[in-house]
Amino acid sequence: MSEAAKGKLALYWAASCGGCEIAVLAINEKILDVAAAFDIVLWPVAIDAKVRDVERMADGEIDVCLFNGGIRTSEQEYMAQLMRRKSKVLVAFGSCASEGCIPGLANLSHRRQVFETVYRDLPTTDNAEHVEPQHVTHVPEGELHLPVFYDTLRTLNQTVPVDYYLPGCPPEAERIWEAVTAIVQGTLPPPGSVIGAETTVCHECPRTRNEKKIKKFYRTWQIIPDEETCLLEQGLVCCGIATRAGCGALCPQVNSPCIGCYGANEGVHDGGARLMTALASVIDATDPEEIQGIVREGIPDPVGSLYRFGLAGSELRRSRRKTNGAAAKAV
Amino acid sequence: MKRISIDPVTRLEGHGKIDIFLNDEGDVANVYLQIPELRGFERFCIGRPAEEMPNLTARICGVCPEAHHMAATKALDDLFHVDPPPAAKKLRELLYSIFYATDHTTHFYALGGPDFVMGPTAPVAERNILGVVQKVGMDIAGRVLKMRRDGHHLIKMMGGRAVHPNWGLPGGVSRGIQEDQRQEIERLGRDAVEFAKFSLQLFADVVLKNSDYVKLITGDIYVHRTYNMGTVDANGHVNFYDGQIRVVGPEGQEHARYAARDYQHYVAERVEPWTYLKFPYLKKIGWQGFVDGVDSGVYKATPLSRLNAAEGMATPLAQAEYLKFYDALGGKPVQHTLATHWARLIELLYAAERWVELATDPEITSKEYRVLPTQTPTEGVGCVEAPRGTLTHHYVTDERGLLTQVNLIVGTTNNNAAISLSVKKAAQQLIRKGQVVTEGLLNMVEMAFRAYDPCFGCATHSLPGQMPLEVVVRDACGVVQQRLSQFLGSGDEGRDVP
Repeated sequence: MSEAAKGKLALYWAASCGGCEIAVLAINEKILDVAAAFDIVLWPVAIDAKVRDVERMADGEIDVCLFNGGIRTSEQEYMAQLMRRKSKVLVAFGSCASEGCIPGLANLSHRRQVFETVYRDLPTTDNAEHVEPQHVTHVPEGELHLPVFYDTLRTLNQTVPVDYYLPGCPPEAERIWEAVTAIVQGTLPPPGSVIGAETTVCHECPRTRNEKKIKKFYRTWQIIPDEETCLLEQGLVCCGIATRAGCGALCPQVNSPCIGCYGANEGVHDGGARLMTALASVIDATDPEEIQGIVREGIPDPVGSLYRFGLAGSELRRSRRKTNGAAAKAV
Repeated sequence: MKRISIDPVTRLEGHGKIDIFLNDEGDVANVYLQIPELRGFERFCIGRPAEEMPNLTARICGVCPEAHHMAATKALDDLFHVDPPPAAKKLRELLYSIFYATDHTTHFYALGGPDFVMGPTAPVAERNILGVVQKVGMDIAGRVLKMRRDGHHLIKMMGGRAVHPNWGLPGGVSRGIQEDQRQEIERLGRDAVEFAKFSLQLFADVVLKNSDYVKLITGDIYVHRTYNMGTVDANGHVNFYDGQIRVVGPEGQEHARYAARDYQHYVAERVEPWTYLKFPYLKKIGWQGFVDGVDSGVYKATPLSRLNAAEGMATPLAQAEYLKFYDALGGKPVQHTLATHWARLIELLYAAERWVELATDPEITSKEYRVLPTQTPTEGVGCVEAPRGTLTHHYVTDERGLLTQVNLIVGTTNNNAAISLSVKKAAQQLIRKGQVVTEGLLNMVEMAFRAYDPCFGCATHSLPGQMPLEVVVRDACGVVQQRLSQFLGSGDEGRDVP
């Protein structure tokens, strides 16, 4: 590819852990191929380009932006809007940007509760005066500003329109490379698609399935599963049955159930609901009360277990406020 | 009043921000280090089953997920009152040693090392890993990449995934290792020992033989007489995975030595309205503000702190380097922040030696790597030494093991106040009577940061030590007078004056 034909690529991170960045770096020397195909115009972790340089660009000047992390603060919201405006193709990269990931479980609480827990209630917090972080603080020497912490964590597409999704927490390096290749070769699927496999983790899992039904769900610390047969059929809540393939069934291969980090499989609108249906299908009971008992016993936190990675992006999205609306109102 | 803002690439990055205020005489009046993000794990983990924690808390930081995974797993042992079999503890420590060697390698070669190998006054464009490669030879890049690749490969093999393993359980781990895997782990571990020795030799040749560097390390700019924290084994040696937490005072005297479970008697956290990140301090000493000394509860928890808090290293080659270290720097404790880089390499050697020790332990391939808990869960604390400081997870549950309280004191957070001190001191040295030492300010402040390897991934999400800085000098009306920028590995001149 000639210099003139080089596209412009940006990578950005919002409310994320940095694992997506490590995953990108794990493509190792192929990062040089990426650099050969693209001018990387923004990548805070690796290159010296500044947000104000992006602000000066024409709208749509960036060809592709890989955006990881959810949106929890006013700063992150601004960056999502900026990158959307400047990019022809915006990719929600990884679980946080796609569906909220683990930090999305914060939507089961409100900002006020987060603040009260972190800055008041914890045993080592010494804060008799109930000091809390403020958007603006007047110190003797002047004013200090913090971004606003919103009440709800949003996914990228709840903030701005998104063209593609790359699932995984984090995406496996091989899948990242495939996506980059598709971008370079112009073989991307139709806009709105998830760039990934259409099957489930079960299809990649070497374990044997016997179409066995179960009478009880076990929590991971309650049994030592055998290493050969399906974990779900041994009574563990393995999410593989309703989770998109792409990782190579890594967790089941170390005798741990899939926790669903690749999100819902193709064509599924609400991953948690799909998983619930899938789990129900293996329960060996017909009496509703018995079924309820089995679920209550073995899955004591249905929202956290079924929507572990997908809550913020799901139909549920967040818990309802019961009282005291003003205190938790989003800014 | 004049203000100097030091932002990551811009104030919109969400990483960290330093505001330096000058008084009317043009001297530094105060410095504020702000962390502009919060995710609230301590709140949203409430109600979750406790066994979720090794996987949930790994997402605090994608740079050191192994540390959170391990601290959480140990907290579950305590919570469920279960003692893992010896092989389980050894497997965990093995994976953790591999992680340490990998992580310390990244820091030294990509982040902290270039300042020394290339020199702190080298052009910005050369002060990076590529500059290091050019100076010391192409071979080194291959060795660094191999070290990282080996580490990630083995962590994935043992823990299921290279980033965010899914492996730890109360009472053990989900799967052990086979003999063929053990052989590979041992072989790569021996490579790691050679790599660590090579790294220390490089440091000796390039840094210690240069009197300018030695002067910089032992000079006044980077000294803070604070308390030091680290985990020690029964013999008082540094241990990353388990032991008692020991805190020594500014002169090296023992302040405390306690089991993880007692942490809340020794550590408290202060809240300030201008940052989302709390400031831990030693509870029995108390919070006296951002000052060092024996009366201030500010402490450091870094590779250097761990060496200071211990009596030595548990492996022979690392112990020899430990003695050399204190001999060269005038005895214990060493309070020179920049010596942290050297301490990190000694820890790299220890991690690699321990890796081989555990890989050759006859018990490591045992099938007894897990026992099931039988008691009702109540309350548990788990501590490990994260590369960037003592990491504490504390859980309380109901009788079904659903969490009712979660307290986390993460690696870098321990150093929040100490980093603020370092930045303030560097600023005070470099800004006098309104004179801003432009290039010096940038790099010296950045070096003050980098020594701590600050991973605000745990608080925000910047990779360790990679603090892209921008300094904005404003006059009293807030008008930008000068703008300087710098980024590790950048090709620009570090200067951008509008």
